[in-house]
Amino acid sequence: MTPAESAAKFRARLRNQAPAALALLPAAIVVAVVYVGSMLMTARLSFSSSHMLPTFDWAGGEQYSRLFDTERFVESTQHIALFGVLFIVASLTLGFLLAVFIDQKVRFEALFRTIFLYPFSMSFIVTGLVWQWMLHPELGIEKTVRAWGFAHFTFRWIVDENLVVYTLVIAAVWQASGLVMAILLAGLRGVDAELWKATKIDAIPTWRVYWSVILPTLGPMLTTAAVLLAVSVAKLFDLVVAMTRGGPGISSEVPAKFIMDNFFGRSNVALGSAAATMLLVTVVAVVGPWVYFEHFRRKGVRA
Amino acid sequence: MRFKAGLMAFVATAALAVGAARAADPNSVEVIHWWTSGGEAAAVKVFADAFDKAGGKWIDAAIANGDQARAAGINRIIGGNPPGMMQFNTGKQLDELVKGGYLDTLDALAKAGNWAAVLPKSIAAASMRDGHWYALPVNIHGQGWMFYSVKAFKDAGVEPPKTWADVLADAPKLKAKGIIPIAQGGQPWQEHILFDDVLAGQGGSDMFLKVYGDKKTAAAAVADPKFKAVAETFKKLKDFMDPGEAGRNWNDATAMVITGKAGMQMMGDWAKGEFSHANQTAGKDYGCVPISGGYIIGGDVFVFPKQAGASDLSAGQKLLAETMFSPAIQLAFNKVKGSIPVRTDVDTSSMDTCAQQGAALMKDPSKQLPSLNYLISPDEAGALDDVITKYFNTPDETADQFVQKFADAIKNSA
Repeated sequence: MTPAESAAKFRARLRNQAPAALALLPAAIVVAVVYVGSMLMTARLSFSSSHMLPTFDWAGGEQYSRLFDTERFVESTQHIALFGVLFIVASLTLGFLLAVFIDQKVRFEALFRTIFLYPFSMSFIVTGLVWQWMLHPELGIEKTVRAWGFAHFTFRWIVDENLVVYTLVIAAVWQASGLVMAILLAGLRGVDAELWKATKIDAIPTWRVYWSVILPTLGPMLTTAAVLLAVSVAKLFDLVVAMTRGGPGISSEVPAKFIMDNFFGRSNVALGSAAATMLLVTVVAVVGPWVYFEHFRRKGVRA
Repeated sequence: MRFKAGLMAFVATAALAVGAARAADPNSVEVIHWWTSGGEAAAVKVFADAFDKAGGKWIDAAIANGDQARAAGINRIIGGNPPGMMQFNTGKQLDELVKGGYLDTLDALAKAGNWAAVLPKSIAAASMRDGHWYALPVNIHGQGWMFYSVKAFKDAGVEPPKTWADVLADAPKLKAKGIIPIAQGGQPWQEHILFDDVLAGQGGSDMFLKVYGDKKTAAAAVADPKFKAVAETFKKLKDFMDPGEAGRNWNDATAMVITGKAGMQMMGDWAKGEFSHANQTAGKDYGCVPISGGYIIGGDVFVFPKQAGASDLSAGQKLLAETMFSPAIQLAFNKVKGSIPVRTDVDTSSMDTCAQQGAALMKDPSKQLPSLNYLISPDEAGALDDVITKYFNTPDETADQFVQKFADAIKNSA
């Protein structure tokens, strides 16, 4: 290729790509300034001594050492870990079972599908309030069952500091399993009918087919569902505010609420930033490897 | 609730943008405040009407929830589009704004109105920074009250308690009659108020001031065995509450006292608004006892942010401050608000018995205790909220563990 040819080719490529690049520029600037910029600023503020107003002095790791000395933050991380594992596992399991149930060509399928998916149309605030009423010892289930004549029935998880996190899991699973069902049902409907015929001929029990044949083919769907659920774990805030306000005591506090309280209620921007940065680091540490593998697997497939 | 508040904040912010465009008239003042509940809105209307009558123009920018109203106002001040006047709680919250030079001084007005002579010393001190006036105090709220249901105590045949020892003695008797002895809202700030009432009432004013005083005296006061005894009394109160208290709102707890389902509630005098809303009369249907042994003073102030291009307060701002501080308006406003007038020279004989008790206590400086807003930063108050609520709601946390954590929280916070 002569220099002239290569220059012409470069100009042609520029002509083709310049409009696209120009069109994407505003979005790129927004991403850089709003997302990345805010992230960097938050990280920077976490090393300052800001209180009500952001200041850009340097306080070293002071906020981080205070953060890990703060019982409420440490407990918050334990709560979110317990909640996250139980919530994701339970939602995936329940969602899968619901999808299989509907996949049996049941009568009134559309009705069931709507009922199961309905909770997902509620916001976490509504979900939280409704479950708060149901679980409240003086308003909900306990009162109702006692009114039926079981005078000693108690169901007080929501006011028990050791069990309150499980009530958050119940409410969140109630809301999210319908979504998992919808995603997995789409996957199940995509399974080739020939596959089912073949397994029938070989007389393989149905549960075995689901477990060993169908489930592996649903891999991408399961991943999608799991990622969606994981996102709602990291940002868990509104459900807690509506349902328990972090109580009793601090037994259902979560990191996002700690961050909000410190930023706004407590005029403690630096400590809130430190907690936000820790949350970001954790999310990156969990999601990073997944993105990395996904990227490499795609490349592998293409090659 | 939080969502509703958020929505209202959004609507209010949108309204602000419109309001700001209109604010050119020198006699109009835009006011950010968070008095949005029924009784509060009626009270702020007293100010607005009086100002309009005096020739000003009140532009209302109410934002539900104090945290959000302050955040919105501070954002506007820093963004260069400040409101004409803005509400704060009396105390440390405005330190940083004063330090940053964002507020106009009120020295001329204070001198003309002789503020220093008519205000209680603690309120005057809280409104000044480095010898200059920066805040206009408008009311005094008392935090250390115990409200009780006259009927509940009569039914149980028990005299209403005067001290914490009485409370611990009477509560089992109420419980035996099937009355919930203490109506409590299980939210950290309410538990903190309850704790402060025990601290000041049982531990004494001295201990209260030292614990929330500077960090050196605090460490010694917290290590005192009397502080541990306070912690133990505080924890015992939990046995006299119902299981549904977790997360309950303060006004729902007040409603339990109003209906006689519960015997008493420790709360600030804003609870009186709920009683009068239910057509109950102080002294007849419900009673009040200063269970903290004195008067834990809180209250509201207004500040005047510096306006772009102006070197001093505008005519409207001056008129507004004078109107709000005048004796007649002070009395009218505080009757509706449930608080007591910030001026000691106002005749309170037309107010209810609780307010008169409060006003009498306010005349005796030895009975006055500043509330936490004056004494410690929001950071420290929040850190202590966490420690107190954790102790109160964790049955197996001992008083010794609590004392240790309390000391650490004071040491680690700003």
